[in-house]
Amino acid sequence: MDISKKPKFKSDEVKRKEPKSKKLKRMDILRFITAGSVDDGKSTLIGRLLYDSKSILVDQMETLAGQSKNVEHADIDLALLTDGLRAEREQGITIDIAYKYFSTPKRKFIIADAPGHVQYTRNMVTGASTANLIVILIDARLGVIEQTRRHSIIASLLRIPHVVVAVNKMDLVEFSQDVYSNILIEYSKLAESLGLPDVKFIPISALKGDNVVDQSTNISWYEGPTLLSYLEEIDVESDINLEIPRFAVQYVIRPQTEELHDYRGYAGEIVSGVYSKGDKVNVLPQGISATIKSIFLGEQQVEEAFAPQSVTIELNEDIDISRGDVIVGAGNPPLVDNEFDVLLCWMDTKPLIAGNKYLLQHNSKVVRSVVREVEYKLDVNSLEKAFNPEQVQLNEIVRAKIKTQTPLVFDDYKKLRANGGVILIDETSNVTVGACMIEG
Amino acid sequence: MSKYQLNHLQQLEAEGIHIMREVAGQFERPALLFSGGKDSITLVHLARKAFAPGKIPFPLVHIDTGHNFPEALSYRDELAEKIGAKLIVRNVGDTIREKKLTEPKGKFASRNALQSYTLLDTIAEFEFDACIGGARRDEEKARAKERIFSVRDEFGTWDPKRQRPELWNIYNGKISKGENVRVFPISNWTELDVWHYIQSEKIELPSIYFAHEREVLEHQGQLLAVSDFIRIEEGDNISKRQVRYRTVGDMTCTAAVESTASTLEDVIREITATRISERGETRIDDRISEAAMEDRKKNGYF
Ligand SMILES: Nc1nc2c(ncn2[C@@H]2O[C@H](COP(=O)(O)OP(=O)(O)O)[C@@H](O)[C@H]2O)c(=O)[nH]1
Repeated sequence: MDISKKPKFKSDEVKRKEPKSKKLKRMDILRFITAGSVDDGKSTLIGRLLYDSKSILVDQMETLAGQSKNVEHADIDLALLTDGLRAEREQGITIDIAYKYFSTPKRKFIIADAPGHVQYTRNMVTGASTANLIVILIDARLGVIEQTRRHSIIASLLRIPHVVVAVNKMDLVEFSQDVYSNILIEYSKLAESLGLPDVKFIPISALKGDNVVDQSTNISWYEGPTLLSYLEEIDVESDINLEIPRFAVQYVIRPQTEELHDYRGYAGEIVSGVYSKGDKVNVLPQGISATIKSIFLGEQQVEEAFAPQSVTIELNEDIDISRGDVIVGAGNPPLVDNEFDVLLCWMDTKPLIAGNKYLLQHNSKVVRSVVREVEYKLDVNSLEKAFNPEQVQLNEIVRAKIKTQTPLVFDDYKKLRANGGVILIDETSNVTVGACMIEG
Repeated sequence: MSKYQLNHLQQLEAEGIHIMREVAGQFERPALLFSGGKDSITLVHLARKAFAPGKIPFPLVHIDTGHNFPEALSYRDELAEKIGAKLIVRNVGDTIREKKLTEPKGKFASRNALQSYTLLDTIAEFEFDACIGGARRDEEKARAKERIFSVRDEFGTWDPKRQRPELWNIYNGKISKGENVRVFPISNWTELDVWHYIQSEKIELPSIYFAHEREVLEHQGQLLAVSDFIRIEEGDNISKRQVRYRTVGDMTCTAAVESTASTLEDVIREITATRISERGETRIDDRISEAAMEDRKKNGYF
């Protein structure tokens, strides 16, 4: 590729201009993660998306060209775009998760780029925790491999709502429909066994650009959307739960000035659901009912507010509420308990030891906890369970029983992703050592 | 399409406010690092929204190199006054004198690198446990990997290899004595997001962001404001031009762009059309090496 050459799709230039502020209203955010094993073309694909959507700027391009020359590449290496820190460049591998941004008039995209290396379950789990969608790369020559299974299993455990299977390097299999169809059939079986809800297949060549941003002329048998247009169009609005009202109190606003003498506002995040002025609500874990007096978004009073807005709620009743408490809607009660089961991904180099105490953080609540018992270890390549494991190491996923010092207000992660995830913190090192999905 | 839908700016705002409140909820002595630039102005706006009708429950801290644009300084003072925020200013010049540091030399001698000394001293002086900053992950490659809650040791060092995993929207702000956390609420914003947000929220900016006439020195294709802080030599190409600034840093190292954009809309239109990144266009010290930012971050600059 020659950098003096303009990015592709000149005809799209008009379309790709910044939207007018009128149109801006409809632009939203899609967060996705890319997964593939080493050399499947993940970096090339991300580079291609950034390059073809013109998110790479001239000076960054010059730096790139400079770097490519260093290693005597005549062309720009698209993969270099996603390769971050110098420490990693020196080692020639990506060691941690990096975030990339690009946008089209329809959407802003946030890519969590997690390395594909075998050991890095931890990074993938991290990236997956906030993703609406996962792009799973499959090398068309290799088909569904162990890593594909692993990434799909993690996607299902973390409940990523949407999956795109990008069958890459189609140019190396002569754009063969048979190759693609066989992969589709094999992956569909896997998806079904894992219960992945929404899977889309797209044949691409990240290197040549086929079906990434531009429709491929080489793959005429494929009639679906390109990867980018699929990412632009997919509905992620419904990923947010608007049925089950949960509000986590982060901070109590008490100005204690003359005119706001008795004011007490509960500042927090609407984790899920909709709240309206006048709603009957429950304050948990206290178990006190109350009614909403007002809802403020900054300085502006609103009649109703919804997830994921950050608002301030005033109640009619005078109740002692502090950070970590939860205000829930009348129906659909959450679970309030100090003992529960979790699926736990261990993220520390020191092993997990059953019986050890950890700080547990759930939304704005931090409590002391103990991992009482490790029931089984889950093989992330096969979903096989190994009961009563001796030790739990970095990057392993287990099912465990946790007990907290005071009750937690939570939901089953499968039912309500936004209120079912917690982290464990080592009290002596302060490091985040575990990510848990609560099984209610 | 349901009425319960947020556009991208509203989503980013909700996230930013959430982070501000986590800081207030988790730390005892937080501070907001304020530079007078558009990113930190955006932070102040988010903080106001986070704690309304109350005041922002932490001070604004400015590390003043002494080379700032006067317009940015008066904006800073007026803003702090208007919103009733506590403003703490510490001067790099004082640090240089007290610690007998060596003033950088050269035509565009920049005190940028020395800021970290003053910042670390200020953190120690007030025992700040969290400092909110306006860095964005899109600014530079090294930043793309940084967490929203980023732990620093007492030397301000950021260790890219020992970062805590950050899951869902749960932020672990636990630290030991001597450590502190840098918090970046607008990590997920791009430069254009910031400009669009400023536009949609009608946030006032210092006048230097808009086209004005200024005496500038043209140096290797970049325009530097003529001021007492740069060395003017014979043969320098000095002229009056219509310019504006895209970022606001020190007068010694922030380049202006020629422009006639006098409104926010014009500015956004021009920026959208430019295919040069913010850093490439306006920060001359970044040109030195690609790893410049990484080195500076490791040294505790941000
Ligand atoms: N022929 C062909 N090569 C590709 C394609 N995508 C990636 N590659 C090459 O595969 C190699 C690995 O790609 P890279 O993006 O670094 O893989 P990663 O390890 O998954 O990030 C590089 O040499 C790429 O040029 C493709 O669609 N077709």
